[in-house]
Amino acid sequence: MSDRTLDISLNVNGERVRMHVDARKTLVDFLRDDLSLTGSHVGCEHGVCGACTVRVNGEIVRGCLMLAVQCDGAKVETIEGLSDSGEVADLQAAFEQRNALQCGYCTPGMLATAQDLLKRGGVPSRGEIREHISGNYCRCTGYHAIVDAVEAVAQARAKGR
Amino acid sequence: MKPAPFAYTRARTLKEAVTLLAKHKDDARLLAGGQSLIATLNMRLSAPELLIDINGIKGLDGIAKKGKFIEIGALARHAKVERSDIIAKHAPLIALAMPHIGHPAIRNRGTFGGSIAFADPAAELPACLLALGGEIDIAGPKGKRKVKADAFFKGLFETALRPQEMVTAVRVPAADKNTRVGFAELARRHGDYAIVGLAASARANGKGLTDIRLAFFGVGATPVRANKAETALAGGNIDAAIAALDLEPHDDVQATAKVKKHLAGVLLRRVANELMEARQ
Repeated sequence: MSDRTLDISLNVNGERVRMHVDARKTLVDFLRDDLSLTGSHVGCEHGVCGACTVRVNGEIVRGCLMLAVQCDGAKVETIEGLSDSGEVADLQAAFEQRNALQCGYCTPGMLATAQDLLKRGGVPSRGEIREHISGNYCRCTGYHAIVDAVEAVAQARAKGR
Repeated sequence: MKPAPFAYTRARTLKEAVTLLAKHKDDARLLAGGQSLIATLNMRLSAPELLIDINGIKGLDGIAKKGKFIEIGALARHAKVERSDIIAKHAPLIALAMPHIGHPAIRNRGTFGGSIAFADPAAELPACLLALGGEIDIAGPKGKRKVKADAFFKGLFETALRPQEMVTAVRVPAADKNTRVGFAELARRHGDYAIVGLAASARANGKGLTDIRLAFFGVGATPVRANKAETALAGGNIDAAIAALDLEPHDDVQATAKVKKHLAGVLLRRVANELMEARQ
């Protein structure tokens, strides 16, 4: 059986969602257009910029390189979920404190990617931080402030444990 | 941009996937990790009528040592290969290459078989497979067959795969104490497609190296062996190997042919040193 539209059922930020979607709709467009979760941003639409980064089944993915229909049965977390749960509260505070954002377009994806690195535990080196966020473009900050913020949170979390 | 409309179906078994491919022929595309395919759909460089999602096929994502070979299932995701102890121990060249493939979010979705079947000339894994003298398992309507990496990559995004066939696994020889490998690539941003890259393998033989295989990528329509440089390097002279580099890259958006050829020599020096230093 194949069709141009399909029913999907998934969990988004802890809430059960059932929807009828176009097969061609990408995950990030589904989140933004159908669920009004506009924190995930659409940038390049071909996997280069990282603005659409979200978590699917606990792992970060490009929201523009996955179809909504592929998320049937999946657990999806967006910046709205990560923010509301408090999971990235310290990262958000550090980004603000260190001017690690200006226009904010890359920030949701940047936070999701940084949290992906930090949830592994330990204090990554600045080189490791740079490598991990290498798939997320920021055209405002020049990255230094972002690396500072991520490093500061890693150190604070390590102390807190 | 957004993809043109297409129908979508999930293949549950290999047989189902191959049957669907045979039925829909060129109108259908297989969807594995989608990290290249969905980008081309978004840009409307490709507009198939049907996507056959093969992610649900069980048993195609394994990584195992089978005798003297390491077998990697086509649906093994890059992130899984990157974290695999079997790969780290028995396929060190692939372990070296993994961190260079895209970015973490890309590696969480992209698959080993997808990278081989797509055969991007600037991609890491086709070159690794060529450097290791690997083999590709293929399934099609007429059954299964195997193709050596040397005969698989035929042209720009062109492989020995026939339209109704799919890659099911790849096999590379397991490393032993005499195996020597080296890997290097130059990219503008870590994780981007390489301007030039080199995957190399050799066997230590006393004080020398034998069976040297230098597979360059980003310098032609396919990953390419540098045969004359291999011969020169077997003589132990790195400068002679660089002088003998018989590559013919073309200008592209990243660099001119002249720059690419120069950079290929730079990489060869680095990798040749790795191969030599590792020698006991």
